[in-house]
Formats: sequence, C-alpha cells, structure tokens
Amino acid sequence: MGNLFKIALRNLRRYKRRTALTVSLIAFGVIFVLVFVAITGSFKQLMITQITDSYLGNLQIHRRGYVASIDNLPLNLNLAPAQVSVVEKALDGIQEIEARSERIKFGALFSTFAETSNIRINGVYPEKEFAACPRMASRIVQGEKGVSALQRGKILVPELLARGFKTKIGDTVVVVATNKDGSVNGKTFLVSGILESATGPGGRDGYIHFEDAMEILRLQGKEVSEIAVRVRSLGRVGETAQSIRARLDQGGQKQGKSGFEIHTWSQLSPFANIANMIDVMTFFIKLMLIAIVLISILNVMIMAVYERVREIGTIAAIGTSPRKILSLFLVEGFCLGLTGAVAGVLLALGIIVALNLSKLSFSFGQATGLILAPTIAPLEVLTASVMVIVVSVLASLQPAYKASRMEPIDALRHV
Amino acid sequence: MTKHMSLITAKNLSKTYATDSVEVKALQAVSFEIKAGSFLSFVGPSGSGKTTLLNLIGCLDKPSGGSLEVAGADVTRLDRRVAAAFRGENIGFVFQSFNLMPVLTAFENVEYPLVMVQNLPAGERRARVLELLDAVAMSDQKDKLPDQLSGGQKQRIAIARALVTRPKLVLADEPTANLDHETAYTIIRLMKKMRDDLNTTFIFSTHDTRIIGEAEIICTLEDGKLVRCEEAHG
Repeated sequence: MGNLFKIALRNLRRYKRRTALTVSLIAFGVIFVLVFVAITGSFKQLMITQITDSYLGNLQIHRRGYVASIDNLPLNLNLAPAQVSVVEKALDGIQEIEARSERIKFGALFSTFAETSNIRINGVYPEKEFAACPRMASRIVQGEKGVSALQRGKILVPELLARGFKTKIGDTVVVVATNKDGSVNGKTFLVSGILESATGPGGRDGYIHFEDAMEILRLQGKEVSEIAVRVRSLGRVGETAQSIRARLDQGGQKQGKSGFEIHTWSQLSPFANIANMIDVMTFFIKLMLIAIVLISILNVMIMAVYERVREIGTIAAIGTSPRKILSLFLVEGFCLGLTGAVAGVLLALGIIVALNLSKLSFSFGQATGLILAPTIAPLEVLTASVMVIVVSVLASLQPAYKASRMEPIDALRHV
Repeated sequence: MTKHMSLITAKNLSKTYATDSVEVKALQAVSFEIKAGSFLSFVGPSGSGKTTLLNLIGCLDKPSGGSLEVAGADVTRLDRRVAAAFRGENIGFVFQSFNLMPVLTAFENVEYPLVMVQNLPAGERRARVLELLDAVAMSDQKDKLPDQLSGGQKQRIAIARALVTRPKLVLADEPTANLDHETAYTIIRLMKKMRDDLNTTFIFSTHDTRIIGEAEIICTLEDGKLVRCEEAHG
C-alpha cells in the first residue's frame, strides 16, 4: 500500500502546476464551505440565543388553541389555576429544565397622561423571568438592571414606545386594560427601566409584576397565558418537550383534548424559517463543493490516464493486475482530495481565527452591535473533509477503471 | 527447466487483423518449438510479423488460430487477470523505447515488478534488485531517474527489470532500435551474459543486421510466415 502512495505522490509531483491548481481549487471549496458554515452557524446561534434568552424562552406551554390566537392575547384561553398546578407538577420532575416563568399576557393602553398608545404587557415574576430569559437584564438600556426593575408598581417600557413618548426613568404612567368580563381597569406605574427591542414577536412588549397584572385584570386566581421554559441543553429541546408531553399525558391531561400545547422556540419564532433557509443554503454550498471536487478531480484524472497510456501498457505488460492499476489511480485521486482537504481545513481554521480576532459586528432587525464569533464544530470539519476525499475517490473511479481495462497491447502502441 | 526442454511450442499459429474493409494476415500457420535457455532472434523486414509473434508469446494478444503453449500453459485462452498473473510470473519484457516509469529511480524501476506483481518482502526485494543492478553494471546509477540516464543505461535498467522476477522467458521487441551501434552491441552481449548466468530464455526481434549475428538461433519471418529457423554460425 505504501508503494502505491509513493508512486501516486510522485506522479502528482510530476505535473506540479496542474496538481497545485487542482489542490487549490479543492482547498478553496473547503475554505468556502467551512467559513460559510462557521459564519452562518455563529449567526444562527447568536440569533437563537438572542431570541430565546431575551424573551421567548426555549419552549412554551399554553392552553390548547392559545398560540393560534396569540396575536389577540385572548384572556379566555389562559391556563386556569388548576391547569397551572398540573403543569408545574409535571415540570418539577424533569431534570433537563433549568428554569421556568409563568406569564400573563394582555393588550392594554399605555398613557403618559399626555399621550396614549397600545401596548402588549407581560405580567411576570421577576426572579423567574430573569432566570428563564437571562438576557432580560442586558436588554434594560436605562434604569434598574436587576429584578428590582420589576417589583410591584414598576414597569419596564419598550424602547420604541419610550422614545416616541419621551418617557424617562421615574416617570409615572398608566396602564389600562379590559378584563375577561369586559370591564376596564387601570393602574399607575413607575417607569423603572427602558427595555431594548428584540427581534421577533414579543420583542417590543412591556413588563410588569405578575400580581400587578392580576390586579389590573381583576383575576381571582393564578391564571397564566404561557409558561416559558429554559432547558439545560438547547440542542435537546425537542426531547425535553417530548418529556413534558409524556408527563402531562401521564397526569391524565391528554394534550389535544384537555388541553395543553407545547411549542419549542423554532415553532414560535419566524427566525426558525431563516435558520432553515440558512441550512438549505449550506446544503447547496456543500453541493457546490462536491461539484468543484468532482469536476476538477475527474478532469485531472482523465488527463493523467490519457497522458500515461503507454505507462499503463508497460505496467500491465509486466504483470500488474487490473485491480492494482485501478488502485494506483484511485490512490492518486485520494491523495489529491486529501491534500486539498487538509490545505482547505488549515486555511479555513486560520480565517475563522482571524474573523474572531477582528470582532466583526453586524445588525439584525432591531438588534445592533452583534459581534460575530464564528466557530466550527469538529464534526463539520470532519464531514467536509471526508466528503471531499470520498468524492475525490469517486471522481477517480471512471478514469481509473478505464486505465485498468486497457489492453496492454493497445496501450503500448499508443503514441 | 533444463536447457533442452521445450519452453514454447507453437502449432499453425495465425493472427489476422480485420479492419473495416481489409483483412490483414499478420501471421500465417506458424509452427516452431523453442527450447529453454535459448538465445533466439526473430528477424525480418517491417511488417513481417515479428512484433505480432512476440505479443502472442508474451500473452499480450490472442491468436486467431492454432495453438501456443508457453512454459507448459495453453496461453490462447487466458483471461485478462490470469494473463497478467502469468506474465508477472513467467515473462519479462524489454521494450524498444525502454518504457521505464519516469517518476521512479533506476532502483525503484527494477524493484517495481517485485512490489506490484510478486509482493516480495522488502529485504528480499532489495537484495535481488542490487544483485541485478550489479549484473547490468548499473549499481552506481541506482538513484537516478530515467531522465538522467543515457539510452544504453535505460535499456540496462529495463533488462534488470525484466529479469528481477526470475522469469523463464524474456521477450525483447527491437531492444536496440533506439541505440547506437556500440551500445546496441553491448546490450545484446549483456542479454546473452544474463542468459548464461541465469539460464533465462531470451527471444528478441530485430531487423538490425549489425546485431543479428549475436543470436544463437535466427528465425526469419516474411509476410507473416516463418521461412526458416537456423543456428547462427560464429
């Protein structure tokens, strides 16, 4: 085997320029794929973290039918206190769950006494909300940064509304809402903080304490619009959602009849479509890499066979088996692919390190100043490398087969 | 195999090449017997069938008719794989244009059949290659690439390559055609010496009158027919 490699490598060295060109082309393809995967992967991860850690949570539990009507924030589709207890009991036994936050959501009027506008309000328990969505604190651009910003009687006002109404920290505002029965109630709040907008629905909501929300809505018990859940591993969010479903089913609350519904972040955020689009683009970029490798190796190997017909005739004449001749050319293709893959991976890793050092920033939607930190998983590097090498060998197969099938007498006559 | 046993037996051997409109009879009912250890030359003008006959003996081509036995095997019906293995075990080739692998050194060219065909262990390979290089007086050139060697040196390497597998038979098609007279003479003398040392049968084709006299048996072909085989004098 070592001799096959020796001969293959010497043959590749024989056509230095052509080999260098082919290796460069393959390396370029590998670089393009890995850097693209690193950047888009980092962008995706950043955005998902932004969305889930800022306001969405990793998954949410609602009463059945709530999500279909979520734009109206229907109070009559809130989880009843008994249902909330069932869910809380189910969640308590699941290790994968890191934190949870009960929310009551409703539409209201926001008034500064001078001006009035619509606002979506989340009534939350501050400790729970800050645990389920750890980026909440960093979204508070002015005012109190911690859970104290959401003590009773205080409100976190969304940035755009605050800017439009020139609301400042310490101002008094009124929130007026209609309860389930249709009666109107209001409550004054002290503006404790200005909340930076986040990408996606819910990214421009205001926040108050849960009990203040109960007071405005005149709720007798602990009714909840949704329970946002933070899991220990975002990659396993689907399995965790499944565990919760199973537990709720065990509790006799058949989902779909009694009704809870559980949605992961990807089912709730439109960014999931962008993430899917990125995945599709990555797939096509990988297809392009395959095409680049396939065409360049095929071209080089066809040329190699064509130029070495007499040599093939000679080695066949002196007794080299067709299988060994096939192997000789396959090993040549393998070496080309391997060299291109190794060069591409090394350069791509260098570029990724350089991108990290340069701390590129970008904006997405309302989010600005996001720092791109591209990373690449070892599995991605391995996949791209193996893909290139396998395609290289496959591309060499036809020319190698042709070489192995040559009649020595015809090959020796070749001029 | 002793010197007097028959190594090659051909009976009514014929080869016809058919093109679109013309049928060319390259060999017509050729019969002969060659004993092991012979130093034999097929001579004749271009187109007389020398190369065709060597190709048939070398299992590179199949006859259109007749029978041919080489080293006790009927070689008219060997498939590609078996024919390759048979050549690797029994036949060495020396080509007119030397046909050395340009990316391998002289040593590696001689070693090639032992690596790719006979799969011998490295130590044995090295010993055999060095022995052959010494025999063809090329030990001091062993690390050179073919490009760095003269025509005569290349042909010496080709002879060493042909002999390294210890074949029963070496076929050389016009081995001196690309060499000057002096070198051609030296190469033929070398082949003869190797025959004497290793008792390997050498069959070569030539139309070079300067070296024909070096053969011990001269078989003359004309228009695809074997006209005569005679022992050379002198």
